[in-house]
Amino acid sequence: MSTSPESSWSLFEVFIRSKQGLDHKHVGSLHASDAAHAVTLARDVYTRRQEGVSIWVVPSNAITASDPDQRADNFDPMASKIYRHPTFYDIPEEIGHM
Amino acid sequence: MYTQSLDLPNTDAGNTDSAGLPTEAAFLARIARDEKIEPQDAMPEAYRKSLIRQISQHAHSEVVGMLPEGNWITRAPSLKRKEILLAKVQDEGGHGLYLYSAAETLGASRDDMIDALHSGKAKYSSIFNYPTDSWADIGTIGWLVDGAAIMNQVPLCRCSYGPYARAMIRVCKEESFHQRQGFDIVRALCEGTPAQKQLAQESVNRWWWPTLMMFGPHDSDSEHSGQANAWGIKRISNDDLRQTFVDVTVPQAAFLGLTLPDPLLEWNAERGHYDFGPLDWDEFWRVVRGDGPCNAERLNDRVEAFEKGRWVREAAVAHAARHAARAVSIASEKIAA
Ligand SMILES: [Fe+2]
Ligand SMILES: [Fe+2]
Repeated sequence: MSTSPESSWSLFEVFIRSKQGLDHKHVGSLHASDAAHAVTLARDVYTRRQEGVSIWVVPSNAITASDPDQRADNFDPMASKIYRHPTFYDIPEEIGHM
Repeated sequence: MYTQSLDLPNTDAGNTDSAGLPTEAAFLARIARDEKIEPQDAMPEAYRKSLIRQISQHAHSEVVGMLPEGNWITRAPSLKRKEILLAKVQDEGGHGLYLYSAAETLGASRDDMIDALHSGKAKYSSIFNYPTDSWADIGTIGWLVDGAAIMNQVPLCRCSYGPYARAMIRVCKEESFHQRQGFDIVRALCEGTPAQKQLAQESVNRWWWPTLMMFGPHDSDSEHSGQANAWGIKRISNDDLRQTFVDVTVPQAAFLGLTLPDPLLEWNAERGHYDFGPLDWDEFWRVVRGDGPCNAERLNDRVEAFEKGRWVREAAVAHAARHAARAVSIASEKIAA
């Protein structure tokens, strides 16, 4: 039983919008024969308790990710740029909320 | 589900050495800082292999776990119970899928994992090799077996491998319903006729010891536990989990007016825990190694279901291919026009 039809089912990443107005969020992946099939399966697997109002599926191999080995180069430089955050600045108490 | 045998050795999954990868020390330091490991991160080969073994055994357990309960779907005593049981069994199928997907992020192939299950090479939780002879067993499975599974699975929500931890969070959210619907079945029987209550008692008598075995071998006999601890895969020991399960379950049984089949079960004020009798480890290993009451039946049913579903999977592929072809031909007609 070496080659099952799953071999020709490809892997999709599933994104669910949990509520109208919120972002789609990655929830997992599944195998399907095509994208429309993946949406149907995602509905059955990931929204059995009204977890979503909308589904996106994306072929897993269409995703390009940043290189984890480059994580420090990519993201560490921002650590020193604390002036990008409002909390960096002192606002006199008399001014109140700004 | 159901994680008991997931740290049991597979015949083919030896630990290889991790030469060439980032030092074990650096990796362990990341784990010690409670950093999550993600699929593309460097990891020792032994960590990857160990996780694949554990997660795939866990997935198999979810999938095989559908069989003992599926046995009663057509014979549930009411439409309500039937709907509930269908929903529960469907959840377990979903749990299998979340877990197979998590294992795939480590480079395991779905086909290989399913082959390993169907050929008998892969392990799954020994609890599913016991028969469900009465409707009461469906209640007992939900109450005790899913209850034990929850106890095993909650600490896994904090495990070091991100996709596994996230799958477990999703699973744990769904398990609570499983346990409560089981308790509700047992409770209805206990509040019914004496014959119904007896059905519940006999069922608990059958399932109590196999449920305690779900927590796996004693810590001292558990060959993967030490390493799994260091890797942040296992957070609480088998024996500690088992003790917690006994402590919370005894009062529940008392509420139902049921006894637990252990003459040595007794509150130990000094320890602040219930003492309980020794488990039959010979039985445990017999069932794990394939000689339980239903091992052969479960595997046969699984393979048969897989083969009977083959035409559906093939039809889905054919349908997708025809749709893709039609899309191409419509596109070329448009170009021609
Ligand atoms: Fe489950
Ligand atoms: Fe469950």
